[in-house]
Amino acid sequence: MTLLRALFMRLLTMAITLFGVAVVVFFLIRVVPGNPIAMMLPPGATEEDITRLQALYGFDKSLFQQFLIWGGDVLRGDFGTSISLRQPVSELVLGRLPATLELSLFALVIAILLGGLMAFLGTLYRHSMAEAAVDVTSGTALSVPDFLWALVLILLFGVLWPVFSISGRVSPSLDFDFATNFYIIEAALRLRFDVVGHLLGRSFMPALALAIPLAAIIAQLLKQSLKETMHLDYVTLARTKGYSETWVILSEALPNAVLPTLTLIGVQFTFLIGGTVIIERLFSYEGLGNMAIDAVINRDLPLIQGIVLLFAALFTVINLVVDMLCVILNPKLRHA
Amino acid sequence: MSGFLDIKGLTLRLRGGPTILRSVSLRVASGKVHGLVGESGAGKSTIGKAVLGTLPRAIEITGGEIWLDGVNLLALPPRERRRRIGATAALIPQDPLTALNPSKRIGPQITRRLIDILGWSKADANRRARDILDEVHIPDVARVMRSYPHELSGGMRQRVLIASAFAAEPKLIVADEPTTALDVTVQKQILRLINEMRARHGTALLFVTHDLGVVSKVCNSLSVLYAGKVVEEAQMHRFFTQPIHPYSRALLAATPTYLDPDGSLQPVPAEVIQEVETEVHQHAQRAGYDV
Ligand SMILES: Nc1ncnc2c1ncn2[C@@H]1O[C@H](COP(=O)(O)OP(=O)(O)OP(=O)(O)O)[C@@H](O)[C@H]1O
Ligand SMILES: [Mg+2]
Repeated sequence: MTLLRALFMRLLTMAITLFGVAVVVFFLIRVVPGNPIAMMLPPGATEEDITRLQALYGFDKSLFQQFLIWGGDVLRGDFGTSISLRQPVSELVLGRLPATLELSLFALVIAILLGGLMAFLGTLYRHSMAEAAVDVTSGTALSVPDFLWALVLILLFGVLWPVFSISGRVSPSLDFDFATNFYIIEAALRLRFDVVGHLLGRSFMPALALAIPLAAIIAQLLKQSLKETMHLDYVTLARTKGYSETWVILSEALPNAVLPTLTLIGVQFTFLIGGTVIIERLFSYEGLGNMAIDAVINRDLPLIQGIVLLFAALFTVINLVVDMLCVILNPKLRHA
Repeated sequence: MSGFLDIKGLTLRLRGGPTILRSVSLRVASGKVHGLVGESGAGKSTIGKAVLGTLPRAIEITGGEIWLDGVNLLALPPRERRRRIGATAALIPQDPLTALNPSKRIGPQITRRLIDILGWSKADANRRARDILDEVHIPDVARVMRSYPHELSGGMRQRVLIASAFAAEPKLIVADEPTTALDVTVQKQILRLINEMRARHGTALLFVTHDLGVVSKVCNSLSVLYAGKVVEEAQMHRFFTQPIHPYSRALLAATPTYLDPDGSLQPVPAEVIQEVETEVHQHAQRAGYDV
């Protein structure tokens, strides 16, 4: 009952948040200088052409009227038409979303594996040089933002020692017809693991760049929680039962130590997705972020609005999922 | 006399710091109860941890032997030592509120070690867990096995921990102040339960406490520890009738029921403390420890 109520409140909050985002993005991008119509016309277009196009896209109406029209359309699932690409925004945006989702999830997996491994090693070899090495590594990784890591990776593995692709989601020579835009997932479901390998290799560099700072945060927080947990009585008791230190860490300490990290990953994951905007650009990765930059450059207002709303919706959903995961993983909350 | 647990000259110190145990020797005979008493900070828990292999990393063993069931644990490689301890000994911890894993159900917390370490089948382990929980008088065993620790009372959790300690039929159990964290009313029941279980299973018990009253009820023999050194090791009867060491006498005098039927409490006299400290100091100098 209370749980259902809590869920309802959450959904309501999400709706209000999205409305707020819609209002802000709609009015904000209209205050920013730059005329979308002027951008799309060739030089030497007449005043008449401009007026005609403005009427076509509804820019002749008042701001408030425009908002009402757009808001009403959005509620009906119509996000308008992109000015620069002349296609429905929803089609464009949903077409690109899978690419960004796959990149972000890949980065998340790398961050969890890398950060988790470092936290584990730091805990296993606590109070030794190995732990100090983990601290130094994570400290360094954390003090450099993801786009700089991207440049480092491009320089190292794209230029000096070119082993990884640093450009594009798929190689132009790949002979494979995708039915969906979830390339990696689709290839895996169709059991074409060669294609999966190819795709993972293509997106490994951008994913790693996104993952490094998050991996460092995970390593630091998880190691600290694990080390605190290792002192607790039930861990000591487990040790007397004959288990190895590795087993004690992974089975006894980890399930109790992981909650704060999980919450943090939830928050940081939304930042990571935000990071795709620049990272996708740097690696010419055909995702939502890359499209967002083009949309801004072209002053493509409907497209910007669509992308921002989609990102906002994604973030609120992720937050909800993380909160629910925390409840599921914590028996005390589950029975409350 | 050689015991089931035989600690010989065990010496520990904080890495790069003070000595915590000074050449401690004590024996626990098979199936017998040996008390370990002494004031707070004397090193009682540290002895228990050394036996069970759970010393914090800050503490290093600088000398001595710990013989458990005829094997010197300190001579074994770590992996084998852990296995050996897990298969022969068990711990009844002090605080039932913190000694159970909050994210695991009670059932698996008892059965996992039987399956993982001792190689039992799942069915056997489950049957064993039910029987042993029954033995410690837990009502509605099936429900308790499905419960999480926070759903049980403190007394209940201590029963679970006792059951868990006896589940693998260890030959030695270390109980570190197993009742101090409990309500006074529950303390007696738990104490009786531990004694009953140990008698039925023929388990040797190293009983850590600072309560001589408790010792007098359950122990066959005891060691008195002061500042990391055993100042007296004695059979129970002899200790209560003719304590030899002045610190032991002082301890007894400070315990209401024994030397003083009126119940008026006498603190350990300062000169006795002084005397013991001098002795410990001299011993340390003889043995070449830093104090
Ligand atoms: N991890 C540690 N770091 C530093 N000192 C320690 C550590 N563990 C134990 N000691 C020291 O070792 C000595 C013995 O501690 P121990 O816990 O064995 O005492 P105790 O007799 O069990 O006392 P209590 O009755 O309070 O439980 C104490 O002086 C304590 O300060
Ligand atoms: Mg203690």
